[in-house]
Amino acid sequence: MAETVRNTWSMIAVSFVFALMLAVFPVSIEVRWVRPEFVALLGIYWTMYLPHRIGPGVLWVLGILQDVVEGTPLGLHALGLVVIAYICLLSYQRLRNFETWQQAFWVFVLVGIHQLFGNWVHSLSGNDAPVFLFLLPAFSSALCWPVLVFLLDRLRIRYRIN
Amino acid sequence: MLSLALAALLLVLVNINTDLLNPVRSHLNVIATPFYWVTDLPRRLLIWGEAVSTSGEDLLMENSALKQELLIHKRKLQTMAALAAENVRLRQLLNSAEMIQDRVLVAELIGVSPDPQRHTVVVNKGSNDDVYVGQPLLDAFGLMGQVIEVSLDHSVVLLATDATHALPVQINRNGVRAVAEGVGDLYVLRLRHVSNTVDIRQGDLLVSSGLGQRFPSGYPVAEVTSIVRDPGQPFATVITRPMAQMNRSRHVLLVFSNFNGEH
Repeated sequence: MAETVRNTWSMIAVSFVFALMLAVFPVSIEVRWVRPEFVALLGIYWTMYLPHRIGPGVLWVLGILQDVVEGTPLGLHALGLVVIAYICLLSYQRLRNFETWQQAFWVFVLVGIHQLFGNWVHSLSGNDAPVFLFLLPAFSSALCWPVLVFLLDRLRIRYRIN
Repeated sequence: MLSLALAALLLVLVNINTDLLNPVRSHLNVIATPFYWVTDLPRRLLIWGEAVSTSGEDLLMENSALKQELLIHKRKLQTMAALAAENVRLRQLLNSAEMIQDRVLVAELIGVSPDPQRHTVVVNKGSNDDVYVGQPLLDAFGLMGQVIEVSLDHSVVLLATDATHALPVQINRNGVRAVAEGVGDLYVLRLRHVSNTVDIRQGDLLVSSGLGQRFPSGYPVAEVTSIVRDPGQPFATVITRPMAQMNRSRHVLLVFSNFNGEH
């Protein structure tokens, strides 16, 4: 049992480190506007399947970590992630029964909320995005969702992450 | 949940409105370094691969091209030496302070801001190399920005095109002063408060004026691309294009300017 728990936590940690790397991978400014929010995606996925382990607390710490790594004001990502973790905790039973494309719509809304908070914090220091460009990552994240579910489901079942 | 959200909110507000968290941040930046190091690996491998696979013939060709370029620059420098000497003599005549040559440190870009809403870059020199907050950064073409965070072996630079950045400039042709501010677009700097009657033309070169004691004077900043003089508006809309290649330059220069005494 203890073995499984350790296994679970290490897999989750590895997945988040990987997501953080994708989040800071240097790309051109055009791509940066549409880069999916990988950390938020993973946060939604793990909260949905392991609500007894991953929740607002873990995602808050992770959000601070993402802020440190990305160099954004401390708390920017933490704020968005806590909110979507909370919504996920309220709705994971329904989410699990959805088709993947239905989940993708839900992911669009969640990441959209995350981005809204992010853009609000940016606007405090005058860095807010022109028009609704900040919602582009919500679209790309929703598009990434089916691929992510496909990969992570296999990982989760293969390594008995629970 | 609510307390967590409130904690995050509090952190955001403290972080944006005060400098209290800056020391904490510079300690936490140690966590960030490995991420930039790892994500920079593919590019370094690519460069290494290119270096290994370049043929001798190509190298010889590049070498001769570089030698020619060096010759051209040296010729320019010869006239520069005479001009500099003349300048010093004239300044002595005017009893004004001598211009001191700026000391520079060559640095390399190791990361860019992952967030499209902030224009920052990470360079591979930190407090170990005496980099300080507020230090200007140049590339081969012009002024890029200033250092805003320093860690031991890397520092974060705010580009002049960031929406929160402004720098004092003057028109090279006639010395008219203005303030160039970023608007969040890598190819645009806007001049603030330029009245409709100011002598400014398309193609004018803007150089840093040295006012504000942060940037050394005389470095190229931007070129005027468009001027809209609307009689209904109090000021003309002047759009300029930065000379520095904000999203391309990899080798950059950190300048130790004459003002750094007070840091």
